[in-house]
Amino acid sequence: MGIKTLDTIKKGTYFTIEKLPSGIIKVQLIRLGISVGDTIFCLERLPGGTIIVQKNRQEIAIGYELARSIFVKIKIT
Amino acid sequence: MKDVIEHKEHHLHLENVLLSGTGGGIQKIVLVGNPNVGKSLFFNYLSGTYVDVSNFPGTTVSITKGFYKNSEVYDTPGVYGVSSFNDEEKVARDIILEADIVINVINSLHLERDLFLTLQLIDMGKKISVFLNFSDELIKRKIKIDTEKLSELLGVPVYETSAVKKIGFEKLDEAIATAKVGIQPDGLHHVLHETLNRVGSQAEALLITEGDEFTAAKHGIPCGSGDDREFIYIERRNRVNEVVSSVEREDSPKGLFFNALGKYSLNPITGIPILLVMLTVLYFFIGDFVSQRVVNFTEKTIGKKYFEYYLKSYVANYTPSEIAVTLKDEADPAKRIRIYTFKENLKKDSKKEQEFKHVSRDENAVVDFKFSNWMAKLLFGEFGIISMTITYLLFLLLPLVSAFYFAMALMEDSGYLPRLATMLDRMMNRIGLNGRAVIPILLGFGCVTMAAITTRLLGSEREKTIATAILMYVIPCSAQLAVIAVLLSGAGIAPLLIYVTVIFSTLVVISTTLNKFLPGQSTPLLIDLPIMRLPRLDNAFKKTFFRAYGFMKEASVWFFVGALAVGLLDITGMLTVFQDILAPVTTHWLKLPKAAATAFVMGVVRRDFGAAGLFGLHLMPMQITVALITITLFVPCIAAFIIMIKERGVKEGLIIWFSAWVFAFLIGGIVAQIII
Repeated sequence: MGIKTLDTIKKGTYFTIEKLPSGIIKVQLIRLGISVGDTIFCLERLPGGTIIVQKNRQEIAIGYELARSIFVKIKIT
Repeated sequence: MKDVIEHKEHHLHLENVLLSGTGGGIQKIVLVGNPNVGKSLFFNYLSGTYVDVSNFPGTTVSITKGFYKNSEVYDTPGVYGVSSFNDEEKVARDIILEADIVINVINSLHLERDLFLTLQLIDMGKKISVFLNFSDELIKRKIKIDTEKLSELLGVPVYETSAVKKIGFEKLDEAIATAKVGIQPDGLHHVLHETLNRVGSQAEALLITEGDEFTAAKHGIPCGSGDDREFIYIERRNRVNEVVSSVEREDSPKGLFFNALGKYSLNPITGIPILLVMLTVLYFFIGDFVSQRVVNFTEKTIGKKYFEYYLKSYVANYTPSEIAVTLKDEADPAKRIRIYTFKENLKKDSKKEQEFKHVSRDENAVVDFKFSNWMAKLLFGEFGIISMTITYLLFLLLPLVSAFYFAMALMEDSGYLPRLATMLDRMMNRIGLNGRAVIPILLGFGCVTMAAITTRLLGSEREKTIATAILMYVIPCSAQLAVIAVLLSGAGIAPLLIYVTVIFSTLVVISTTLNKFLPGQSTPLLIDLPIMRLPRLDNAFKKTFFRAYGFMKEASVWFFVGALAVGLLDITGMLTVFQDILAPVTTHWLKLPKAAATAFVMGVVRRDFGAAGLFGLHLMPMQITVALITITLFVPCIAAFIIMIKERGVKEGLIIWFSAWVFAFLIGGIVAQIII
């Protein structure tokens, strides 16, 4: 499976994180439990492209622009 | 009959001493679980004996044996897995290997941790029943575990208990009777096949494959490598995660409703109607209840009628004054307004003083003090630094700000606020903000000064500038909103539509322009969405208290400074100069009566003064529209101005402040030219 950006992920799919944007936003992502290699679930895609992901029991909202800079790989389930 | 056998060094012989000595046919029930899961309480219940129940892992390193009906019952040390990493594990391992039935006790709050052992017991091929202990804690912490689903996924019976409260123990008989071998992963038998043929027990074969040297040595065969163990462990960990994610849910008692509400409030299609409902509720709470009823009482009664009246009467004892008492109930217009002039002070004319005091105590009397001494005027006059500011701060602003903080705390704690920010994120992106900026903007409808402080939480200087500009230019604060609402409701539907359209378009134009031309980048939205639930009132009160206190502490002094500035303008006659300068613009360009200029200038002091100044002017509906547009876009009150200077710097603050004058008159004038 090819590498995509998070904003293109469909609702209801599991994916793994391949690459995060650098800088302070990366630290914030890791603090919220999103780091390279993690398997995460796409819970919702809002009109306009805001993505809601779920890791364990934690739901996290990710803005469209940020989602475009996160590279992920779809996990075959 | 009970035996308590101390654990000794010779694990390999332990089972001979311990287990074989009791004779062949007796069923062995073994209690297994992680440390501190309450196993010992189960043991006590079954055997009827008191054993030391302790919170420290490892204190049950001695093995305890008892009898229950026709079976032997063993308690084991708390372990996280069956292997030989330490003494406890070795002891537990030996007893578990001999067990006929395993009662696995789990701490419901740590399912992810505890199920690892459960799955290992299942892989060992033991007959198991699972008890989810601390089920009362689950209710307290609003976690739900689907016991039936868990039982289905594990392939063994699962029961809920609260050992401390002795709830669920009655299920033990059934659990012992129905214990069974659980569902093992497809590939497991294939992996174990060879070893199983040699040792004859699936449990031991598993331990050997997982690298347990003791069990391997017992059978004289090599044990599995570290790689094998890691492979099995990772696979087991993944299975645990899958099981947990499908059986456990953290939410409120009304879980489904709140989950759904949380989901619906994220998507604009359903989220906007939910937002409208929230805003309506907010309007009734803040707009109607607090800013009308509560503030009417605190400001008019406590503030004006008691605090200011006594303060100013006291001051009038020492300085000349002219006091106007307006009696609203008086039928005779000639007697309605009475003026008492004290050339020196109250005390010097005790007859007049008595009459004044008698008249002014009438239920509906409005008393206005005018001091001729400039110092008295500055401190206690109409815009008196002490009189007006204290009333304003304590009896108008404090209830309003508290109400707003309280509403925000409820929305925050219920999990709604972050969802609102998420829903509005894309919309806010267009104007260079992210969803989080909804917090200062919402607060702005309460008090622009309070909101200006809150812009601090935004991620970049750029966003802070945009949000501050929006607050200062277009957001009417609650004091102003109340007056605007009254004036507009009397004007009809067209003025309302024109007003809303003009203000909203101004917001869009100003913010998109700023977004386009301000350097730098805005930060993206990244927030965690806590679970939706009923907010806890005590927590909301606590937050409200600390925030309102923080606001008052930080902003109060600037309201005094603002009052001083306006007081000085008033005394030096600069206020009149401003009014005279604005008069031609007001009459020709805005097509409003000359007196409206006074209303605008008063808006510099307090925004609601500005709007309230329009009440007495007898304006046509379209004139009302123009006047309200102008006053909304006009400069913020002086305290907001000072806070803005503090937060955003002198240059930016002054640019925003002066351009507000320009925008207000420019846009108000254009609308006037078109509609009047």
